[in-house]
Amino acid sequence: MSNKYALKPDELKKEFEQKKPRLLKGEFAGKDWWDLPVEFRDGNWCFPAKPEVLDELHFANPRKWAATDKDWQLPAGWEKTIRDGMKDRLKRFRSFKVFMDSCVRCGACADKCHFFLGTGDPKNMPVLRAELVRSVYRNDFTGLAKILKDFSGSRTLTQDVIKEWHMYFHQCTECRRCSVFCPMGIDTAEITMMVRELLNLIGVNNNWILAPVANCNRTGNHLGIEPHTFEQNIMSMVDDIEDLTGVRVNPTFNRKGAEILFITPSGDVFGDPGVYTMMGYLLLFHHIGLDYTISTYASEGGNFGMFTSNEMMKKINAKMYHEAKRLGVKWILGGECGHMWRVVHQYMNTMNGPADFLKEPVSPITGTKFTNAKATKMVHIAEFTADLIKHGKLKLDPKRNDHLRTTFHDSCNVARGMGMFEEPRYVLNKVCNVFHEMPENTIREQTFCCGSGSGLNAEEFMDTRMRGGFPRASAVAHVREKHKVDSLVTICAIDRASLPALMRYWNPGVTVYGLHELVGNALIMDGEKKRTEDLRENPMAGFEEDDDDE
Amino acid sequence: MKKVLKPLIAVIVLALIPWVGITYGKLDYLFAIVIPYAAAAILVLGMLFRLVDWIRRPVPFNIPTTCGQEQSLDWIKTNPLECPSNPFMAAMRVLSEVFLFRSLFRNTRAELYGGPKLVYGSYKWLWLGGLAFHWSMLIIVIRHARFFLDTLPLPIELLETADRFLDVTVPAFYITDAIALAAITFLVLRRLSDEKMRILSLSTDYFPLFLFGAIAVIGISMRYVTKVNVMPVKALAITLAHFGFDAPEPIGVLFYIHLFLVCVLLAYIPFSKLVHMGGIFLSPTRNLPNNSRAKRHKNPWNPDIKFRTYAEYEDEFREKMKKAGLPVEKQ
Repeated sequence: MSNKYALKPDELKKEFEQKKPRLLKGEFAGKDWWDLPVEFRDGNWCFPAKPEVLDELHFANPRKWAATDKDWQLPAGWEKTIRDGMKDRLKRFRSFKVFMDSCVRCGACADKCHFFLGTGDPKNMPVLRAELVRSVYRNDFTGLAKILKDFSGSRTLTQDVIKEWHMYFHQCTECRRCSVFCPMGIDTAEITMMVRELLNLIGVNNNWILAPVANCNRTGNHLGIEPHTFEQNIMSMVDDIEDLTGVRVNPTFNRKGAEILFITPSGDVFGDPGVYTMMGYLLLFHHIGLDYTISTYASEGGNFGMFTSNEMMKKINAKMYHEAKRLGVKWILGGECGHMWRVVHQYMNTMNGPADFLKEPVSPITGTKFTNAKATKMVHIAEFTADLIKHGKLKLDPKRNDHLRTTFHDSCNVARGMGMFEEPRYVLNKVCNVFHEMPENTIREQTFCCGSGSGLNAEEFMDTRMRGGFPRASAVAHVREKHKVDSLVTICAIDRASLPALMRYWNPGVTVYGLHELVGNALIMDGEKKRTEDLRENPMAGFEEDDDDE
Repeated sequence: MKKVLKPLIAVIVLALIPWVGITYGKLDYLFAIVIPYAAAAILVLGMLFRLVDWIRRPVPFNIPTTCGQEQSLDWIKTNPLECPSNPFMAAMRVLSEVFLFRSLFRNTRAELYGGPKLVYGSYKWLWLGGLAFHWSMLIIVIRHARFFLDTLPLPIELLETADRFLDVTVPAFYITDAIALAAITFLVLRRLSDEKMRILSLSTDYFPLFLFGAIAVIGISMRYVTKVNVMPVKALAITLAHFGFDAPEPIGVLFYIHLFLVCVLLAYIPFSKLVHMGGIFLSPTRNLPNNSRAKRHKNPWNPDIKFRTYAEYEDEFREKMKKAGLPVEKQ
């Protein structure tokens, strides 16, 4: 794989060869971090939001610009805007204030960040990423530090600082891996969220985040799919499913009185390989006769507002409860996604609840009460399916996935912003026969990001993405060599969109799957025809056309 | 290395202040009574201010970092400490951070090999060094109670006895003295020997280490080498403990350097990274239970946001929806 936004894999491998065993790239003896230049070049910055996108969102400072410009055309008085914005956020978020005050720079986080491991840039060590802001905080918001500027590492806010913030807070995917290791519990994701809010106040932004936000606001989903196309897309999957299995599933749209509203990231409806995961959901719901509906209005599980500001996150998320109320469903079932689940789990009920108009979620098939979701009233599909399998409600043939040798990638947000580790593993082990874990320091709460999360999945950002994804790819390479693993299973739509590129770059031959795609492969549907191919129309091992004793 | 020399010089200068003051200025009263009270007042009021200042800021969202399996289906084993589902276990989680440095115990070191390949080795030295430093400092501070109290409470006496069970010097050697010095040395060398640490460390990271080091070295030399006369020291400590203002009897200048550096440290705590001793209790990623789907967390400033309603959406797409056979509210 090659494009102008990334080095060829061999060139990047050479860079690593040359610097090993060092992690840092470059020489820093006698240098202070604040003297290191910020260099924008092809592949390490995302295109800024188009003026019309900003106009649509009523966001500040619409203009044409690029990160490589010398003058970023910041609005008059931008320093005051940032300073006031910081003051306001320090007041509203205890997290921000405590994280500014209590870092001891012990360095435990330094080599925990995938972007640091992949770029070797010292300012990608989480502690320094935070120091980029702390240095300004100390200067503007604390007394003594201002006097002893060098001693305390404080500095004045300038346009160069803004450039630095833009670069490094868009080289953080809000994955929270550093916060697992921090003895103070400092969470760089929280700091990144604050800084991105601040940058948006002066029009320093990312089109790959704000265009989906504008789309989501208008059409209900990030990809900007209008209702008729949304429905058509799913119906074409229904046709594909019929061709493959002989079974016609029957999803409904915007149907009032359904028991359950199903919401999943729009990537599952429109993107390859997400669509195969969607086909898995459709097969599963048909298999158990679920009374559910899909909304074309609340047609997005994901929430790029989270990467913009807490207000935007709330605005986009509000559609879920609004639609659930209008349709009169009992509760909401959510598909596989990473940051969507951080929003649903940690933010939704606070922002847009209480959801008194919904009922405590109960599985209509097993009668299981999902007490852990009794207030938010939204259940994760992996919880739902694990419960179905545990109660023996699914007819499964795991041999149908024998053509796949799997490993499981924990999505950052589901891992560290929700704590769901066992359910997807339980489901995976029931629907396939070959599963191997990646090394323990790269899974579960220590999982590595795909390198493209939090709205950084842009094509023009390829170099940084491939570097940031290197720790994940390295762990996959390990199980590929040791156990011949060829299938990377995820429960995140961004992963499904970004990991294929990462695998092509680092581990050609490894394919990315959604968990429920494998569920769909394994389900024995009533009235199905003889299955020979999986949902991607790849032949299944041991199910060949003329093989009589399957 | 300006970043290292500056704080080193700063500590030396600070140590010279009482030496000049006592030797030439006869300012015993200032250094024995006035400065200690002032430093204690700054510490107490400063920390109170910091804590109140933190606590009055709201926690709008429930954002624990989950480091283990959450509570979900009955048959799935949960990790109540790393992913607490109630406030009690969240408190346990915080205490495990405070007393055992639990998150630091996870520490690993990434190494880059050919291939390229990343390997993560267990790296508990930082945890061990940090724990040794903090615990020995705590025990040393508690041990100092013997100066301030007329009769020593039994727990402190037991602690002190345990600390000197290696009865190898006269007066008996305290193990924590050695541990503290070793740990401080380790923590300084760690910052100097690793290139990542050299870049990320500030002068304000070295300064408290040098300050602690100087205090410990002077304290140890008073006990084992110069053998300072303890009686006037104890008298002064008792005076301070009773909020008295009696002038002290003559004590060696070494003691005044020790005391002054301690005062500098106390006064420095509220205005520096040393406030982390309070911050750790208030970290929202650690002190909140992961129960946000079961129990609604309230945001006191939850903003009123106008979102695009279904009605507005249908108004824009009604004809297309009708054509596609999607149900609509208005015809």
